[in-house]
Amino acid sequence: MNLRRDVFQAIADPTRRAILLLVAAQSMTAGAIAANFDTARPTVSKHLQILTECELLQQEQNGREIYYHFNAKKMKAVADFIEPFRKMWDDRFNKLEDVMKKYKSKK
Amino acid sequence: MERKTKIDAAEGRQDLVITREFDLPLDLLFRAYAEPEIIEQWMGTKVLKLENKQHGGYQFETSDGKGNIVFRANGAIHEFVPEKKITRTFEMENALFGIQLEFLEFESLSEDTSKLIMQIVYRSAKHREEQLKLPFSYGINMAHDRLEEVLGKLK
Repeated sequence: MNLRRDVFQAIADPTRRAILLLVAAQSMTAGAIAANFDTARPTVSKHLQILTECELLQQEQNGREIYYHFNAKKMKAVADFIEPFRKMWDDRFNKLEDVMKKYKSKK
Repeated sequence: MERKTKIDAAEGRQDLVITREFDLPLDLLFRAYAEPEIIEQWMGTKVLKLENKQHGGYQFETSDGKGNIVFRANGAIHEFVPEKKITRTFEMENALFGIQLEFLEFESLSEDTSKLIMQIVYRSAKHREEQLKLPFSYGINMAHDRLEEVLGKLK
């Protein structure tokens, strides 16, 4: 069950990514979200449950309805994960640029 | 400021697309990948072998101050089109994430600027995650860390 709370596990599924895109635009009820997919309603509910468990989605009670909100803060974890890798390439390419600039001026 | 190096790591996929614009003309950018003595300078590694041609290959090796080998990588070159593209494999020896396929495409943007688009394909999404999880801080240290971890397990 722990795996389910992993953000990366959650967004590895294309349907769940589509749900996130929908909800990022506006908060929606489970019914409204399900209406966008061909899959059975319980399948969509399962996806919503996983997204909620890993906190990418948050539920909010509004009268009788439960609205799903997108949690951008949690999504940032994904970006942060990539960041050191980007930095490594950045450093390496900066060095390439420096070396080649010296090379050019030597000519 | 716009980031010079962009990494596109779409979730659930097994590839990465790294895009970078350089304040260098295309011919200089390409030479940074084609000439061993230049590669040694910016990658900080020794080039043991570099046959830049179809069916060619390469091998890089880095040693620490005491002469211990901390990083060794090799690959086969499949396509080599000067100032256009290089298609090659990349394998870091003793690493868990397996062999990668690299597509490097070089583009001229203007007389003094150019762009590199590098697509790295891993064996699976899981292999890609393994590489992204490495506790590297910069450059070659990542290989070092990995190696220490691997060797640590053997003790």
